[in-house]
Amino acid sequence: MKEDYNTKLICMHNEHSDQHFQKRIDEGEHIEPRDYMPEAYRKNLIRQISQHAHSEVIGMQPEGNWITRAPSLRAKQILLAKIQDEGGHGLYLYSAAETLGISREEMIAQLHTGKAKYSNIFNYPALTWADIGAIGWLVDGAAIVNQVSLQRTSFGPYSRAMIRICKEESFHQRQGYEIMTKMMNGTKEQKAMAQDAMNRWWWPSLMMFGPHDFDSPHSGDAVKWRVKRESNDTLRQKFIDKTVQQAGLIGLKMPDKDLIFNDATGHYDHGPINWEEFHSVIKGSGPCNKQRMDHHLKYHNEGAWVREAAEAYKKKKAKKMKIVSI
Amino acid sequence: MNKDTQLDLWEVFIQSKSGLPHIHAGSVHASDLKMALQNARDTYTRRGEGTSIWVVLSQSIGASNPDDNDMLFDPSNDKVYRHPTFYTMPEGAKNI
Repeated sequence: MKEDYNTKLICMHNEHSDQHFQKRIDEGEHIEPRDYMPEAYRKNLIRQISQHAHSEVIGMQPEGNWITRAPSLRAKQILLAKIQDEGGHGLYLYSAAETLGISREEMIAQLHTGKAKYSNIFNYPALTWADIGAIGWLVDGAAIVNQVSLQRTSFGPYSRAMIRICKEESFHQRQGYEIMTKMMNGTKEQKAMAQDAMNRWWWPSLMMFGPHDFDSPHSGDAVKWRVKRESNDTLRQKFIDKTVQQAGLIGLKMPDKDLIFNDATGHYDHGPINWEEFHSVIKGSGPCNKQRMDHHLKYHNEGAWVREAAEAYKKKKAKKMKIVSI
Repeated sequence: MNKDTQLDLWEVFIQSKSGLPHIHAGSVHASDLKMALQNARDTYTRRGEGTSIWVVLSQSIGASNPDDNDMLFDPSNDKVYRHPTFYTMPEGAKNI
C-alpha cells in the first residue's frame, strides 16, 4: 500500500515536472544540463548532437584527401585551417553532448557500431579540386543555414556551441565560393570541372536538410521542445533562395530543370528530390560509407597507444608526487 | 563496463580581454594540466579569442541543485532596504 502511494507520488511529480518543463520551453527559457528534462528530450538531444559531432569529424575526410594536392600554398594553408576548424567543431559538440550524461567513449562506440549516424553528405567522394569549392560553398552553406537556426535551440550547451560554430563557418563558405569563382573565371576545362562539381553536390546538399516536413519522423517533438526552431523544408528553401543568386553571378547553371521563381510565394520552386538515393545512402550503399568508417576505426585504434601513454605518464607523475609528499 | 579510454574531462574558462572575467567556454579531454591547457588553447582560441585560460577538472566543480533555485535565489522582496531607492534623501542633497 505504501509502495503504491510512493509510485503515485513519483508519477505526479514527473507529470508536474514535464508540464513545468514545457512551460519553461514555451516561455523561451534555456534548459541547462542539471535541470529537470524528460528522458525523451535527453535522448533526442543526445541523438542529434552526437550525430552533429560525428558529422564534423567524418567531414574532415573528404577534404583531408586534398591537402597534399591543393593547387597552391595559399590553398593548402586555408584547407588545413578549415579542416582544423571542423575537428574543433566536433569537439565543441561532443562536449555539449557529454553534459547530457553520455561519455565520449560511448558516443564513439555508437558511431563505430552504426547506432549513431553522421550526415549522409560525407558518404560522397571529393573527386576534383572543384569539389573542395563545392563542399565549402554548398555543403557548409547548407550547414550554416541549419546552424544559424539552431543557435536558438532550447538546450543551453548546444545553443552556445552553435553560436561559436556559426562565427567560424562563414569563412568556410566564403573560401568554397572563392574556389568556384576562380574556376569559373578560368579555362574551359576548369569551368566544366566547377559545373560538374555543382551538378554532383547540389542534390545531396538539398538532402542534408532531411525529409520533407510531411515525412519527417523526428520533427514533432523536436519542434515542441524547441530543439529544432525551423522545419526541414523552411530551411531548405532559405538555402535554395540564396544559392541561386550566387550561382548565377559566377555563371554556374543550377542542375534542376524544374527550378523556377514563384512570384506568388517569392521563393524558388524546385524539382523532385531523389529520396530513394537518400535512403539507400543512409542504409550504407553510398559510394564512401565503408571507406569513411574504416578510416575512422583505423585511426581510432592506431591512436590507442597515445591515450595509454598519456594515462601512464599521469600515473607515474602522481606516484612521484606521493613519494615527495611523504 | 569497459574502462573509459578518453582521458579526464576538464572545464575551460577563457578571458577574452584583460580586465574581463573568465567565462566558461566548454570542455576538453586531457590526462594532465599541461595537456588540458594545450587542448583548450587549440580548441577554443584559434582566432585570438583569449588572453588567459583556466582549466579545472570537471569533477572538482561544485554546483547548486536547480531544485533548490526557489530557495537559493529568492529575490528577498521583503528586504527592500537592500536597494538604494528605499531611502529618503533630504530635499536638495546632491550627487547621492
